[in-house]
Amino acid sequence: MTVGYEPWDKARGAEIIAEHAGLEGATLVILHALQEAFGYVPEPAIPMVAEALNLSRAEVHGVFTFYHDFRKQPAGRHVLKLCRAEACQAAGGDALAARAEAKLGVSLGNTTADERVTLEPIYCLGLCATAPSAMLDGRVIGRLDEARIDALVAEAQR
Amino acid sequence: MTMRIFIPRDAAAVAVGADDVALAFAQAASARGAAIEIVRTGSRGLCWLEPMVELSTAQGRIAFGPVTTSDVPALLDAMAGNGQHALRLGVTDEIPWLKRQTRLTFIRCGVVDPRSVDDYRAHGGYKGLERALTLTSDQILADVTTSGLRGRGGAGFPTGIKWKTVAQAIADRKYIVCNADEGDSGTFADRMIMEGDPFVVIEGMTIAGITVGATKGYIYIRSEYPHAVEAMNAAITAARRVGLLGKGIGGTKHEFDLEVRVGAGAYVCGEETSLLESLEGRRGIVRAKPPLPAHKGLFGRPSVINNVLSFAAIPFILDNGAKAYADFGMGRSRGTMPIQLAGNIKYGGLFETAFGVTLGELVDEIGGGTFTGREVRAVQVGGPLGAYFPRALFDTPFDYEAFAARDGLIGHGGIVVFDDTVDMVKQARFAMEFCAIESCGKCTPCRIGSTRGVETINKIINGERVAENLAVIEDLCNTMKFGSLCALGGFTPYPVMSALKHFREDFGGDLGPAPATLQAAE
Repeated sequence: MTVGYEPWDKARGAEIIAEHAGLEGATLVILHALQEAFGYVPEPAIPMVAEALNLSRAEVHGVFTFYHDFRKQPAGRHVLKLCRAEACQAAGGDALAARAEAKLGVSLGNTTADERVTLEPIYCLGLCATAPSAMLDGRVIGRLDEARIDALVAEAQR
Repeated sequence: MTMRIFIPRDAAAVAVGADDVALAFAQAASARGAAIEIVRTGSRGLCWLEPMVELSTAQGRIAFGPVTTSDVPALLDAMAGNGQHALRLGVTDEIPWLKRQTRLTFIRCGVVDPRSVDDYRAHGGYKGLERALTLTSDQILADVTTSGLRGRGGAGFPTGIKWKTVAQAIADRKYIVCNADEGDSGTFADRMIMEGDPFVVIEGMTIAGITVGATKGYIYIRSEYPHAVEAMNAAITAARRVGLLGKGIGGTKHEFDLEVRVGAGAYVCGEETSLLESLEGRRGIVRAKPPLPAHKGLFGRPSVINNVLSFAAIPFILDNGAKAYADFGMGRSRGTMPIQLAGNIKYGGLFETAFGVTLGELVDEIGGGTFTGREVRAVQVGGPLGAYFPRALFDTPFDYEAFAARDGLIGHGGIVVFDDTVDMVKQARFAMEFCAIESCGKCTPCRIGSTRGVETINKIINGERVAENLAVIEDLCNTMKFGSLCALGGFTPYPVMSALKHFREDFGGDLGPAPATLQAAE
C-alpha cells in the first residue's frame, strides 16, 4: 500500500541504514527497509548505503537496478499486481489482464495519470491451483473472473 | 463443549476468502453464545475445496468446503448438532484425493498449527533431530545417502553427496542455505510447507547444520511470498524460545541459528549461485562452476544449499530410517514427490506420491482434466523451463530419468494444464520473453539469444519466411542449450522446442515433419 509512507528524510534514511548495516550482505535488506519506509528508494539514499557498507556507489546502484522490486519513484496509491505466468495464462489470465488494462487506461508496468493505481505484472504468486490470481496492496486474490477483476479495479481506483 | 474448528491461513485459501470465513465463524459463534476455538492451519492442498473448514470430532476431523461467508451460520448449526450440510465432505482423511496420497513430507501440513512448536511435537515433529543428536556426522550422512534423496529443487543431485562434501571441507565457517525462491509457475509446494509446517524446514536445516558443522543458516524466500516469510519468521522465533535454535540445541553442545532473507523479484535468484550472490548483497549474477558451493559457497565458505522440500524430507528420513524413505519410488528416483497440479485443472492442489505415477494418471484421474471442461491439449511440467507434453506422452512415469528421456524435466514438480484453446506459438514466445526479462545478463546465449528468440517467433507469427525462421529458432535453441551458463538460458529451449516438436501445426502452414537436427538440439 502506498498510502501512509514517510516523506524522504535524510536523517531517517541514515537511521534505517545504520539499523541493518551490521548484517552479513546487508544491501538488499537495507534497500527493502528503505522502500518499506518511503515507498521507493530515494536516489540520495544510494550513496549513503554505499558509504555505510564500504561499497562503491556504482555497486549499490547496480544492485538497486537489478531487482524488479525496487522502485525509483513512488508507486500509485494502490498497487495491483496481476500474475502473468503460465498457470494463470492457462486459466484465462491473458484476457483478464487486457480487461484490467482497458479499464484503467494503462498498460502493465504503468501508473494511471491520476496516480491512483499502479498496474504491474508479477511472475507467479504461487496460487497456481486457484488461478488466475492477483495481489492488491499485499492482499492476495484467487479464482479471478471478469466480475472479480472489475471489482478489484474499482477498489483500486477508490 | 468448545468446538475446535480448523481454518487454513495458507495464502491460496486466503486468496479465496479464508480470512473472511474465519471472521464469520467468530462472529456467528459470538452471536449464538457458542464456544468455539478457531485454529488457523496450513492447507491440506485440496485447492478446489478451499476454503476448507474442518471440525474436530470423536471420529476424527470432518471437512466442509468450499465454504463462503454466507454458508457460515447454517454450517455452525450443522456442526453443533452434528447434522448434515451440503458442503460436508466427510472425514478428511477418508477423502479419496487425500487418501490416495503418500504423505511423508506433507503429513502435518493442514493439520497442525504452524505457529506452535508444541503442536509440531505432538504430531511427531523433532523426532528426527532427537535421533540425529545421538548419531555421529558419518551416521547421519549414511542415512541421507541411503535414503536416495535427490535435490527437490529440480536438478535432482543426490543430497547425501552434497552434504558429505561440505562435512569434509575444512573452513572457519560453513553455512546452510535454504533455497525458497520458488519462482516456477505452477509450483507452490515450498510456499505451502513454509506456511503450513515451517518447523519441518527448520528441523531439516538444523540436522544439516549439525551434520556438516555449520552454525548459521539462511532461508532465502522470494518477496512474492509474504505469508511464507511471516510464517517462517514466527516459527524461527518460537524455536529459539524453546532452545531448538541458537546455542545448546536440545541441551547438547550444538549451535545453530537461522535467518530469513527476502528476495526482490528476480527469477534467476532461484539458481543457486545467483541466490548466493543475492544473499551476499549483490546483483543476482550467476557464478561459473566450479568452484561448487559445497567448496566455496556463501561468503566463500563451504555451503549446503538445498531446496525447501529437500530439507523438509530430512526429518522423516532420520526419524523412520533411510529404508522407510527409499522403499517408495522407482529406479533412481526414491521416496515421494510433492506434485503440484495447477493451471486449467478441475482438481488442483498438492498431491504427494511415490515416484512412478504416470502423467496421464495425474492429469486425467487425479486432476480430473480441465476446469473449463474442454479437452486437455498440453501440459507443461517443471515450470517455465520445462517441456510442453501432448497427450501422446501421458504414459511417461513421474521420474527424473523417464522425463529426461523424453526431452523433458520434472523440475520442482509443477504441472500446468492447458485446454485446446492454447496457442502453442504464443507459449513458445512467452518462454523466450520470460528468459529475456529474467536473464541475469552474464552469458551471451541467454541474454541475446532470448531477445532474438522473441523477434524470430514474432516473424513466424506474422508469417514471414516461416520455414527459414523455424530453422533459426532451432539453431538458437542449440546455442542457448549448450552455451548458457545456467539452467535459465540452458533450459528455455525445452518449452520452445517441445512446442515446435509436438504442436507443429500451430506454427503455421504445411511445414512437414520436424527436421532431424531437432533431436540433437534437445
